[in-house]
Amino acid sequence: MKPFTTLDALAVPLDRANVDTDAIIPKQFLKSIKRSGFGPNLFDEWRYLDHGEPGQECSGRPKNPDFVLNKARYQGAQILLTRDNFGCGSSREHAPWALEDYGFRVLIGTSFADIFFNNCFKNGVLPIVLPVAQVDELFRQCEAAEGYRLVVDLAAQTVARPDGTTVRFDVDPFRKECLLNGWDDIGLTLRHADKIRAFEEKRRAEHPYYFA
Amino acid sequence: MEAQTLYEKLWSSHVVHQEADGTALIYIDRHLVHEVTSPQAFEGLKLAGRKPWRVSSIVATADHNTPTDHWERGIEDPVSRQQVETLDANIREVGALAYFPFKDSRQGIVHVIGPENGATLPGMTVVCGDSHTSTHGAFACLAHGIGTSEVEHVMATQCLLQKKSKTMLVRVEGMLGRGVYAKDIALAVIGRIGTAGGTGYAIEFGGSAIRALTMEGRMTLCNMAIEAGARAGLVGVDDITIDYLRDKPFAPKGQLLDKAAAYWRTLKSDEGARFDRVVELDAAEILPQVTWGTSPEMVETVAGRVPDPSKISDPVKREGVERALKYMGLAPNMPISEIPVDQVFIGSCTNSRIEDLREAAAVAKGRKKAASVKRVLVVPGSGLVKHQAETEGLDKIFIEAGFEWREPGCSMCLAMNADRLEPGEHCASTSNRNFEGRQGAGGRTHLVSPAMAVAAAVAGRFVDVRELS
Repeated sequence: MKPFTTLDALAVPLDRANVDTDAIIPKQFLKSIKRSGFGPNLFDEWRYLDHGEPGQECSGRPKNPDFVLNKARYQGAQILLTRDNFGCGSSREHAPWALEDYGFRVLIGTSFADIFFNNCFKNGVLPIVLPVAQVDELFRQCEAAEGYRLVVDLAAQTVARPDGTTVRFDVDPFRKECLLNGWDDIGLTLRHADKIRAFEEKRRAEHPYYFA
Repeated sequence: MEAQTLYEKLWSSHVVHQEADGTALIYIDRHLVHEVTSPQAFEGLKLAGRKPWRVSSIVATADHNTPTDHWERGIEDPVSRQQVETLDANIREVGALAYFPFKDSRQGIVHVIGPENGATLPGMTVVCGDSHTSTHGAFACLAHGIGTSEVEHVMATQCLLQKKSKTMLVRVEGMLGRGVYAKDIALAVIGRIGTAGGTGYAIEFGGSAIRALTMEGRMTLCNMAIEAGARAGLVGVDDITIDYLRDKPFAPKGQLLDKAAAYWRTLKSDEGARFDRVVELDAAEILPQVTWGTSPEMVETVAGRVPDPSKISDPVKREGVERALKYMGLAPNMPISEIPVDQVFIGSCTNSRIEDLREAAAVAKGRKKAASVKRVLVVPGSGLVKHQAETEGLDKIFIEAGFEWREPGCSMCLAMNADRLEPGEHCASTSNRNFEGRQGAGGRTHLVSPAMAVAAAVAGRFVDVRELS
């Protein structure tokens, strides 16, 4: 996994609650057997005026000028501001794959759906939960000032705003370590292989019907 | 010993190792696999030169991409076909306890075939790269959906890195009225707590109304726990649970079943166990539900009206409602009963089991689809459900009513195969998500129970199934 340490990048405000993973990456693109290449189809139904299909070249497709990601001032954004319950619905990891492939490394919102939240950390994407008032303020500032950038520092657990103020955020210590170092979860877990084996043998003896 | 919740019992019986911050390695008993969320995991495993830890934990099937008619033609969409063939090849190479490929007599929706084959047993941890894995919690399993990285992690280590959830008890006391089903309870709960209400929680469903539900009803309820934001739904074990599992292919038999059942009966929350949150509903007050918007929390009773955004003060909520009404093509304050229905879908991991089809057939019997309704799809959850329904003659009832009787699969719940809505069409659907575009780009989904879906098919609009003449 790509490590995450700090990011100084443009932010884009996606002002809707309950953005589901079907909206982040529609089902037709789930037919791919690869992990990469989902970026051009991120938010496909909102981003384009026509209907997208897998394998289609997206550069010539008609874009929805009203969709925030298509606005000139937000091109190159790597930080997505969101509202409540972002990433709800389907467990598809294609959603963080698409966000990451598009260029997003940080998501800031008031809450994220559990499975999506988890999936982000497996892909070097940092979801940051902040109180409503702080998210409101970020939306206000971001919409007011063109070229609005934030500096995210994972080690310090801070988001620095252009006005010089800094917001602190919480993150699980274990997830933070993994993300800072780009550690592979599987490798970490396999350090406990003996413990897993011992647990399994005991369980097999006590509950043989789970091992039929 | 302190009184424990069911969740705490399941959690503590699966902890292999715990980090200082509470992150734990949880042992996984059952791994359900389907074609959409597994190819990258198999590939990752291979690239890292890793072997699966315990292939006998794997039960696999192809369900999301498979067509529901003309099976003799195979899978015509080449991209869908490649995904299904990739699963065939991966399972052939790696192995599994069971694989029910496309066209197999026991093939079906992953959350239908696990329980009906006895591959889902009380006390297990069950995972699948699919959010509706919460379904299996109906059997007092700790069951939840995972992403593809976690699918690979479970394959490689038989474990999952997890943090303990908070616990919520949804207690439903009393008797459900006629024409009201588990689906209506699920939608009423989501209407009450919201789609993020369960985030961070495992929800246990309890109370006399839950104990009175069949296993099919309990699965419907736990299935939609994820729609309330909870990764896991749970129901404690009782006689209904154990009776369901008798003679299921992978369930223990004879003395081994007795031994297992003695343990399984301990899998319920102790008297006096403390939950982080308790939500109470009176079963008698729950009425048939219909969603009107683009999130399952946008729900009303069939006698209700679509909301009026001008009366909502919170600007984010107001804009959400305005956007939903625009997408759904509905006017503020419009009665739910005036929403026209173009298509009807009876199926999905929420409502495609034999009991669901019996409830649907009971309403459909002797009635006909309204002329204004373009199509009514009935998609059984599995080959076994289909066979049972045909044995009972339910297929004939549907066909006589003008419905289409299809082959099993996920079908128009998410429209990855050819079954889908046209832009602007309204669908009465027994599935679980009414998100924008979920059943086809531009499609408009209204979530209902199977009985209400048939009532809508007959009337051409939403009507209270209890008032059908």
